[in-house]
Amino acid sequence: MQLKQTKNVSATLAAASCALLGTSVQAEDNSEEWKFDTAILYYGETDRVQLVEGVFNANKDFGDEHYFNGKLVIDTLTGASASGAVAQSGVQTFTRPSGNETYTVEAGETPLDDTFHDTRVQASGQWTQPIGENYRISGGLQASKEYDYLSIVGNGSLDMDLNQRNTTLSAGISYAFDSIDPVGGRPVDLSSMVVDNGQFDSSEAYQQAFDATRLQGSEQKDTVDLLLGVTQVINRRMLMQFNYSLSMSDGYHNDPYKVLSVVDQQGLTQDVVYESRPTERTKHSMYWQTKYALDQGVVDFSYRFATDDWDIDSHTIDSRFRYNLSETSYIQPHIRYYQQNEAEFYNPFLSQGTALPEHASADYRLGKMTAITLGLKYGMQLENGNELAFRLEYYQQTPDNAGFEQPGTLADEDLYPSLKAVIAQVSYSF
Amino acid sequence: MKRKTIVIITIMAVMQLAGCANLGVQPWERDLLAKDEMALDSEGVDIGLDDHIYFSKEATSGGRSFAGGGCGCN
Repeated sequence: MQLKQTKNVSATLAAASCALLGTSVQAEDNSEEWKFDTAILYYGETDRVQLVEGVFNANKDFGDEHYFNGKLVIDTLTGASASGAVAQSGVQTFTRPSGNETYTVEAGETPLDDTFHDTRVQASGQWTQPIGENYRISGGLQASKEYDYLSIVGNGSLDMDLNQRNTTLSAGISYAFDSIDPVGGRPVDLSSMVVDNGQFDSSEAYQQAFDATRLQGSEQKDTVDLLLGVTQVINRRMLMQFNYSLSMSDGYHNDPYKVLSVVDQQGLTQDVVYESRPTERTKHSMYWQTKYALDQGVVDFSYRFATDDWDIDSHTIDSRFRYNLSETSYIQPHIRYYQQNEAEFYNPFLSQGTALPEHASADYRLGKMTAITLGLKYGMQLENGNELAFRLEYYQQTPDNAGFEQPGTLADEDLYPSLKAVIAQVSYSF
Repeated sequence: MKRKTIVIITIMAVMQLAGCANLGVQPWERDLLAKDEMALDSEGVDIGLDDHIYFSKEATSGGRSFAGGGCGCN
């Protein structure tokens, strides 16, 4: 009885998902068919950001190892994100990024900017083909557009097979051009947020004061990535990959919506200033992945170490274990652990009376933290050969105090609230 | 003493390299490696979605592939 019920639930879920994602396209009588992977993902933080993202991925084998991959991603984001300002024992008033209105934050609450709302569309294409017997080249383009942001990326890589294709050496380069045109203009680095508390004689006077803290027009960022990799077959069951990558970016790195509180010795906010990040960043990362085939499944394990000239070091361990329940179904637990230390210019707040640093950010994403993801995926092959999968994950970020003393009443506030999110995904491949 | 250590390390390194030459399989031994789920990017769509989330929430990105550009979420 119990079994039957489970089966019915699975079938109903399967039918619902198919309806959601579109039914399968009839396969043509052609040996080089298109293969499609689709997915819908929901990401929801408690009281904060909600994201819904849809993916349509198409692969085609044109024969003789000539492959095309095309991908379309659409996502929509709503909700609130921590602005960087600290919680206070009294009510706080902030100006929205547009400058058009203010909002208040209750005592003891972490200030959130709740105007977070965006839709993003991303399209990419990648072509891969052999050159001669042991070489492969690949090239691709990607464009991503959202309301205040445009990103265009081009990449190229060369693979060389050695040792009866047991070893593959790869070298790749990517160039990204990003352009940002924030709502209400770009804040002048470390300028004070202008809040209309009735001190202005007219709305023009307020606007003039606000405009003095803003720069109009878009800003750019150029990023060049280099990647060197070795993939090695170890034995009949094991495969390994090692990558070294170097990423150099130059240009606008600020998050124009992030601020810092300037507090006095009693821990009371006296001013709120917009953040300032360096205009350059160089990152190095080492990545190792190994896959091991068991009789009943696959173990996938990876470790990444990254370090950069903002003094952020991070360690990431990511592991998936696929266990085949039958010929046509599997479950896959997933665990990921992430740890980073804070950027050299990270400050949860600034102190009044001391000179402003050249760069400062209270963005919690640049602070010290650990994060853990726990997930489970269930996949099954349907009678028509298509695959349906469900994934449910829990993500928790736990920021840590990197040794900053909290003066006065600030000692009573939680400046490092943890963030909890649920990730749910339905995938359908046909 | 130091020289002896160098010799031992050199011998070990050469042995390791010799070991590397034995790594790998013959073409007819690729039955397990050829399975879809053994491809390094077998979870491509999931990984793409995860990368977007972690790119937006953490200070590090890339490693598996290129890190740069993409969205204004960070």
